[in-house]
Amino acid sequence: MKRTRGKWAAFGLAVAAVALAAGMAPGMAQQDDAEKEIERYRAMINDPMANPGFLFVDRGEALWSQKRGAKNVSLETCDLGEGAGKLEGAYAKLPRYFKDADKVMDLEQRLLWCMKTVQDLDTADVLKRRFGSPSNTSDLQDLVAFIANKSSGMKYQPQLDHPKEKEMLAVGEALFYRRGGSQDFSCSTCHGESGKRIRLQGLPDFSKPGKDARETMGSWPTYRVSQSQLRTMQHRLWDCYRQMRHPAPEFGSDGITALTVYMVKMGEGGEITVPSIKR
Amino acid sequence: MKKTILAALLCGLAGASLAQQAKVDPAAVEAAVKGMWAKAGPEWASSITPDETMKVCSETRNAPSAAEFEKIVAREKATVVFPADGNVMGDWKKGEIVASRGTGGQFTDTPDTYRGGNCYACHQLAAKEVSYGTLGPSLLGYGKARNFSQEEAKVAYAKIYNPQGVLACSQMPRFGHWKFLSEEQIKDAVAFLFHPDSPVNK
Repeated sequence: MKRTRGKWAAFGLAVAAVALAAGMAPGMAQQDDAEKEIERYRAMINDPMANPGFLFVDRGEALWSQKRGAKNVSLETCDLGEGAGKLEGAYAKLPRYFKDADKVMDLEQRLLWCMKTVQDLDTADVLKRRFGSPSNTSDLQDLVAFIANKSSGMKYQPQLDHPKEKEMLAVGEALFYRRGGSQDFSCSTCHGESGKRIRLQGLPDFSKPGKDARETMGSWPTYRVSQSQLRTMQHRLWDCYRQMRHPAPEFGSDGITALTVYMVKMGEGGEITVPSIKR
Repeated sequence: MKKTILAALLCGLAGASLAQQAKVDPAAVEAAVKGMWAKAGPEWASSITPDETMKVCSETRNAPSAAEFEKIVAREKATVVFPADGNVMGDWKKGEIVASRGTGGQFTDTPDTYRGGNCYACHQLAAKEVSYGTLGPSLLGYGKARNFSQEEAKVAYAKIYNPQGVLACSQMPRFGHWKFLSEEQIKDAVAFLFHPDSPVNK
């Protein structure tokens, strides 16, 4: 089985947060202990064989070739933008415009589209399990893990030639700055400046292209140790809106795709190394 | 005039880093919002249709013009409701809980979930609490630095109630305006900042 396992970049913050959350905060001696512990933890999870995210990749691979739906066919003829069934590098160019659907789609939207048009699969159950839990696997999470991994080692190449792609970027940027809700928060409240943190958690700056955006986008999907799940950017944005005290965003909605287009643009050129592993 | 210059300066401070602004069709943004939050109930109205103040702050990326700045400050200042007896100081120990907890108001919460102010997410307060964020300024020694002045405590109450009545497009939530925190909780938070025994002032 061919899969790509990359090196682990920019790992410090997540690990530090784990260590600090576990109560290993200041005091000089404590600080030393914490650093040793971080080193130990980093070494431990630096080994791709120890990253449970790859279990999701494996399940996704099986799902990709599994015959399902009324047509009893696999997803292997699904076109993710690079041609029917071509997976290598597809994730690095998503979201993008698809002529057959006449819209810009992210990976989840495209997978759901393929399930319907290629397989004629009733996606109600798939959508019910859109986010996995330790007791319930998610086909969409697994497939995203598998497909994204096929772009590991490549760089994000935002697709912005089509007018609809340009429009999605502008909408995503507007959503990034759109304030509202019971806390008056926008994405930019937390991600509008460099070097800020919430409690002890470092916050990536998404207000401009740069290292923060490249490293963040390059490390999703990721295995979240605290949730025992592989998580996608779709889930991360859902969780952001929860923390912002906004309503739960619809899975695979155009608003989430627009934000993803914006974030990928900010992270342009970022090297994809997935699934990564985070707190 | 002086006031206008000050307002402009404050705007600059409040403004986020300005990336290049792409032209956008407001209808396309609204369509995306409506689709994304298609199933949200009426309790989420302030997310789906932000008020005039939020609209201006979003469009100007928190850097309103001097005229808009003054308009927002005037409008938001008028929403502040002070305690009937004029006493803005509650229980600092309860205020510490308000400052520490970040629960409530999330779509995974219930209406009964305790609503915290989550002050530590963005501000340093008591020296003993090392897990604090840096999105807002440090408030360490806040009351002491103001000689525990009751007038200053009232200013702090108004600021927590509605920060935009002081600084238009402040990133801080309008805790009292949205009734996210109760009057009692805001008083407790003020006491946490201003009581001489509070660890904020130790």
